[in-house]
Amino acid sequence: MTDRIRVLVTKIGLDGHDRGSRIVAQFLRDAGMEVIYTPPWQSIDAVVATAVDEDVDVIGVSSLATDHLLVPGLMDRLRSEGLTDVGVVVGGIIPDEECAPLLAAGVHAVLHPGSTEDDIVHAVLSAAASRGSHP
Amino acid sequence: MTNQPAGFEAWQAAYEADMPDDGVRRNRSGIEIRPLYTPADRDEAAYDRDLGLPGAFPHTRGIYPSMHRGRTWSQRQLIGLGTPGDYNTRVRALLEAGTSAISLIPCNSTFRGVDADEVDPLLLGTCGTVINTVDHMEEALAGVRLDEISTSMNDPLPFTLLAFVLAVADRRGIPRSAVSGTSNQSDYLSHFIANHMFFRVALPGSRRILVDHVAFTRRHVPRWNPISVVGQHMQQAGATPAEAMGLTISTAIQYVEDCVEAGLDIDDVMRRVTFFFDISISFFEEVAKFRAGRRVWARVARDRLGARDPRSWRFKFHGQTSGADLTRQQPLNNIARVTAQAMAGIFGGLQSLHTDAWDEAITTPREESARIAVSTQNILKEEAHLTDVIDPLGGSYYVESLTDDMEEEILAVIGRIDDAGGMYRAAEAGLPQEMIGASAMRFARQVEDGEQTVVGVNKYTVDTETLKPPPAERPDPDAMQRLVDDLARFKTERDTTSVRHHLDQIARAAHDPTTNLFECVVEAARVGVTHGEIVGRLREEFGFGQPLVAV
Repeated sequence: MTDRIRVLVTKIGLDGHDRGSRIVAQFLRDAGMEVIYTPPWQSIDAVVATAVDEDVDVIGVSSLATDHLLVPGLMDRLRSEGLTDVGVVVGGIIPDEECAPLLAAGVHAVLHPGSTEDDIVHAVLSAAASRGSHP
Repeated sequence: MTNQPAGFEAWQAAYEADMPDDGVRRNRSGIEIRPLYTPADRDEAAYDRDLGLPGAFPHTRGIYPSMHRGRTWSQRQLIGLGTPGDYNTRVRALLEAGTSAISLIPCNSTFRGVDADEVDPLLLGTCGTVINTVDHMEEALAGVRLDEISTSMNDPLPFTLLAFVLAVADRRGIPRSAVSGTSNQSDYLSHFIANHMFFRVALPGSRRILVDHVAFTRRHVPRWNPISVVGQHMQQAGATPAEAMGLTISTAIQYVEDCVEAGLDIDDVMRRVTFFFDISISFFEEVAKFRAGRRVWARVARDRLGARDPRSWRFKFHGQTSGADLTRQQPLNNIARVTAQAMAGIFGGLQSLHTDAWDEAITTPREESARIAVSTQNILKEEAHLTDVIDPLGGSYYVESLTDDMEEEILAVIGRIDDAGGMYRAAEAGLPQEMIGASAMRFARQVEDGEQTVVGVNKYTVDTETLKPPPAERPDPDAMQRLVDDLARFKTERDTTSVRHHLDQIARAAHDPTTNLFECVVEAARVGVTHGEIVGRLREEFGFGQPLVAV
């Protein structure tokens, strides 16, 4: 029980499209992970607080309508809170040229539309595995 | 099966010999699709009862006698990006190109019911135009004749964008009775159920505001369509085509009943009801969905709701090609997908069409890709001549049989919602959310298992993409900063006593059902109360009512 990977699946910013995040949550549960699922429109503060309270290994952020532009701000907050070992995976509609800044900000992986169940589970597993490796 | 054509058994034997492993095939709505349909699949004597002629009850073949041969659909492309000034530039270009109807997509912050100074500036104007005040609307509509051009705005309740339009009309001396258009996104139940971004006020408050909005516009803005019921949200969220149609008709029944309950005349309300649907790439299923929906609605309107004016039975709908079918992989394939989707909508008899741009799965569509989307419509109409014959698929053994099957599924969905006490109660209890979530998951599994092909995603994939899509267009951050600064100035320069007075009026009206709440919104917009202030005050009075999030 305690060694199950804990994942927060959430949406930040303004958009409310949640078909993708719901399906991703189900895929991760089917893969044996513990999923904490929030309503959309979370503030960065709320995401950080939930990540701490729930002691998650990975945060999955779904963005269908440009809310990914806020993710570098989320990464800054995670760093300033000392949560550098929590892996962050972003999924949704992310233009090519806007992926590099996300990865540079410390996002573990960016998943695009058409990603398979395997792609998604693998990205989260790999983000979780990198957890203990940080100082 | 009886009355099969001569030689049917021989054909069947030959088919089975050719296809020893033929499995059962089903469409997205779960209806079994057989390899062949014949005259035996329909009761020809039922033609008058179930099909009739175009413009005649039950409208299966179309709601107007001349349909697309006489009046083709309106090309209603949705636009909106950046500042009100940016929007005005695009709208003027469209008007110069001869368009007679314009749309407006507001910024995500506006959708969420807040002003530009309440959100992270990074998110301003990325997906739509920031409209917070009557001055913003004045700038957005500069040079637009409000008595000639129909405006269709994505304007969830409390309909602040319409309030700003009416305030601009007042300033210009244009009578409100001359203003025409549609409140797209008045369907709060679909926002609660499926498209949460547009949901602003808890359900009981939403119910009240919609009825007041219908009452106000019927009295003062007679050329306005106050109710647009949006099946698109449900289907994009995962509902099957039959579920989306059934849930949408159940929603429309709820709204009409609420208006009648409040004392409005049923035909006065129903003549102005319009619909908005998703068109997926499941071609024949979509054609049958629209033909069946039209028939179900005509019967519901006349026989169940009791509307007497034949215009009230007309199922007028806008269709938008489905973005959920588009792929990021090999994205130019999306032009082919949009073409097939658009054809399904046209053969389904739509009144208005938005074709998606091919880059929609990558970014907010750019100008060039939006132009290709419009050209697709013109090619289908003027080069392929799809509009020369009314209901050209009518009479196809398959399409008529499928229309009957879809009707049966649609009626079953309506029955489930009726059993739950109508759409309002069903939504409160989470029933449609459950249906949609289960269907979304089922479809995701089919794609995952390869049972449903998605070209370039789970079949016919390529290792390296040759096409590099051009970068996303993002609004100019300096222009957005100026907008926020101007908004601050606007707020200090207005008559604050009057602003406070009108916000208090809204709060009082929220608890006094004898006052028309939307009239208070219109009056507030005139004196400079902002969008965020109006929605904020209504949320204080009615609550926000977080949509159910069950996973």
